[in-house]
Amino acid sequence: MDKFRLIPPQASTSAHQIDWLFIALVAIMLFFLISVFFPITWFAIKYRSGSDANRSNPSHGSNLIEISWTTLPIVLSVALFSWGAVAYYHIERPPPNALQVQIVGKQWMWKLQHAEGKREINELHVPLGQPVALTMTSQDVIHSFFVPAFRVKQDVVPGKYTSEWFKATQLGEYHIFCSQYCGTDHSGMIGRVVVMEPVAYQRWLTAGEGGESIVVSGRRLFLDRGCSGCHAVNSKFHTPLLEGLFDKPVPLSSGEIVKADEQYLRDSILLPGKQIAAGYDNIMPSYAGQLSEEEIMQLIAYLKSIGDKTSP
Amino acid sequence: MNTSSNATTTIVRHSGAYALDNYLTAGQGVKSWLLTTDHKRIGILYLWTILVFFLIAAVAAALMRIELLTPAGDLISSETYNKLFTVHGVLMVWFFLIPSIPAVLGNFVIPMMIGARDVAFPRLNLFSWYLFVAAGALALWSLIHGGVDTGWTFYTPYSTTYANSHVISMAAGIFVAGFSSIITGINFIVTIHKMRAPGLRWFRLPLFIWALYATSLILVLATPVLAITLALMSVERLWGVGIFDPKLGGDPILFQHLFWFYSHPAVYIMILPGMGVISELITCFSRKRIFGYAWVGCSSMAIAVLGFIVWGHHMFVSSQSIYAGMIFSLLSFLVAVPSGVKVFNWTATLYKGSITFQTPMLYALGFIGLFTIGGLTGLCVATLAVDVHVHDTYFVIAHFHYIMVGGMVMAFMGGLHYWWPKITGRLYPEFWGKLAAMITFIGFNLTFFPQFLLGYLGMPRRYHAYPPEFQMLNVLSTAGASILGVGYVLPLIYFLWSLKRGRLAGPNPWRATGLEWQTSSPPPVHNFEATPIATASPYLYDAEADRDLHMANA
Repeated sequence: MDKFRLIPPQASTSAHQIDWLFIALVAIMLFFLISVFFPITWFAIKYRSGSDANRSNPSHGSNLIEISWTTLPIVLSVALFSWGAVAYYHIERPPPNALQVQIVGKQWMWKLQHAEGKREINELHVPLGQPVALTMTSQDVIHSFFVPAFRVKQDVVPGKYTSEWFKATQLGEYHIFCSQYCGTDHSGMIGRVVVMEPVAYQRWLTAGEGGESIVVSGRRLFLDRGCSGCHAVNSKFHTPLLEGLFDKPVPLSSGEIVKADEQYLRDSILLPGKQIAAGYDNIMPSYAGQLSEEEIMQLIAYLKSIGDKTSP
Repeated sequence: MNTSSNATTTIVRHSGAYALDNYLTAGQGVKSWLLTTDHKRIGILYLWTILVFFLIAAVAAALMRIELLTPAGDLISSETYNKLFTVHGVLMVWFFLIPSIPAVLGNFVIPMMIGARDVAFPRLNLFSWYLFVAAGALALWSLIHGGVDTGWTFYTPYSTTYANSHVISMAAGIFVAGFSSIITGINFIVTIHKMRAPGLRWFRLPLFIWALYATSLILVLATPVLAITLALMSVERLWGVGIFDPKLGGDPILFQHLFWFYSHPAVYIMILPGMGVISELITCFSRKRIFGYAWVGCSSMAIAVLGFIVWGHHMFVSSQSIYAGMIFSLLSFLVAVPSGVKVFNWTATLYKGSITFQTPMLYALGFIGLFTIGGLTGLCVATLAVDVHVHDTYFVIAHFHYIMVGGMVMAFMGGLHYWWPKITGRLYPEFWGKLAAMITFIGFNLTFFPQFLLGYLGMPRRYHAYPPEFQMLNVLSTAGASILGVGYVLPLIYFLWSLKRGRLAGPNPWRATGLEWQTSSPPPVHNFEATPIATASPYLYDAEADRDLHMANA
């Protein structure tokens, strides 16, 4: 058994941030606890029945006192809220230069793939000191990817992409827990994060069968599954071209304008009738059930990679 | 201190006898109970019913705690474990906590506190109990036929598509129990509006009435949303209509919004009545008027209103928009303020009081301590960035048990001891009462405080097996739970004993001021010989006079 500790290992930049905030909260909790427990104990002794303490002119209320012990907590609340909200904003938004890892949760395992193509199950190797962003979805129920040592957690929701990021600051191995109840073997849906020196990480990443990168897999799917048959300049159907699409605004036939983010691309592949680009007919067949979650993620990664190109 | 408490009991002993002509002797036999429309008897029917559910849910908790003694899941299978925490949650929330103070103590004392002969709709009141029993039967049916493994939260798409258990019958049980809640809520609201004794203006009402009025509003406004949510969930599960499952085109997060839109206000259904009880106990046992009456009363209403707009704080990591998270976080901090106001006012009430430490007061002081810890740790989970870490861990488990068990159950036990002499005409044994209160307090803290530490260390909730470094704290928690169990079994024994052997209480053993104490114990069928008239504010206690009385006795 490890040595007894009060807080988990602090192995990411967020861990330090959140622990300081937590320590401030503990200090404020202690302040309020003492300001309630001390008078209660004191009054309970001094004014116990039968004591001859002076009880004349008891007060039954004072608006001044009431207003002050209403206002002080409000002021402290707003301060704590702001601190928590700023830190949350930081935790929730991955930096643009982060390494990309794609994660698919299923009952009861984690399937991970690094952008370079390396696959893992229930393990996540990451380099020290570099931000890593996880793009996650689930192929069945809701899970949650929780790494206590990094103080990060995000639900992994079917039909949706969620993200989580961290920058590891300490070498070592840390728990991965599924923290959203997901059925029979929920408590077995665990794994470990391995934080490595960047050089060792590079070596690990390129060792073994290696395989192709996510973008290359996506491009292969784009060709093999017939996407390129229609989404091409010389297509016999009138279809939108996908070069330069990612992250750009798309006018819809409904008059709305949406951003072509991961969620939009995913829905367009699986539920093509949901949002129809303005000027096009609803002719695309749904690929629901024909592509695995990993394949959809690879396709999107490919579409992302051609997001900067202009259409030929 | 000893002499003074003896003096108090002297006063108690000679203050009256047992009223022979009372609501318990008014009819004999099972039929007289099953067809009664007397709010007092209905309160007792609820008491027995929730006791059954409490015991089943407590056994489930005990089995879980025993399983968690060792890191490996070795005593029971993970399937069984998942069913245990589901049945523990479902029964404790809907079949014990929600009806506990409102349906038992509320039914018994609301009409008497406001000087009425009964609730506004006595037959509806009985119907509500029958609905509750039917709901309980459905829940027990699903339990006996193999149970449910969704957790009390029924999150989709697990509950609609993936769970292989009796989800529908359990949901149906909760659905029906909801109607029982709604009807009881309506009954209380109408009773409090229309049946108050002459002179009993709103600002002369006991704070228990204010608290139950606020609770009833939540029951009536929030419970229908639960019914709708469970109905939609069942429709998807039974007929594959796509509402929540993304495979069918639904949105699983929508379920969470709907569920917490009910279940967060339900947290206040489970604590406001407790706060009402504490206002009665603190004043009576410190012989003081409440400090800041209007602030305590209005804070109940503020909690009821604010409680409706904080549901999204259960969803900070659910993939809800981070900006929505910010709004819900700020509002959640604000809902803590009126709770704080109550705690400060109870504390100030003790100042210049003449305090005795009988059992109900021990529970009341225990409540303030545990509720304060529960409320303050609520700030941690309201703080966005910290919640990202502690969400769905044992930190949250500890936090809400401090509110639900440390708060509501302590208040329920305090209230039950306080009104027991009124209900039965007899006193429970004071020594055993105090002992049980102290055992409960110690056992509770030993059970749940280690869970705060476990949670911050990262142990997720609903884990059947866990890494070995969490074992020591889990063993402490299980040890605490066994002490806590003793604290709950003791009252069960001495309450039953006191029914025949307890000393006669007389109409007002606590020398309390409420109208319910102005009639005999047990009360007559129609509560009062003549309709009482209220002429002043409640809680006209006089600590100075009390001191002089004690000094004369000494």
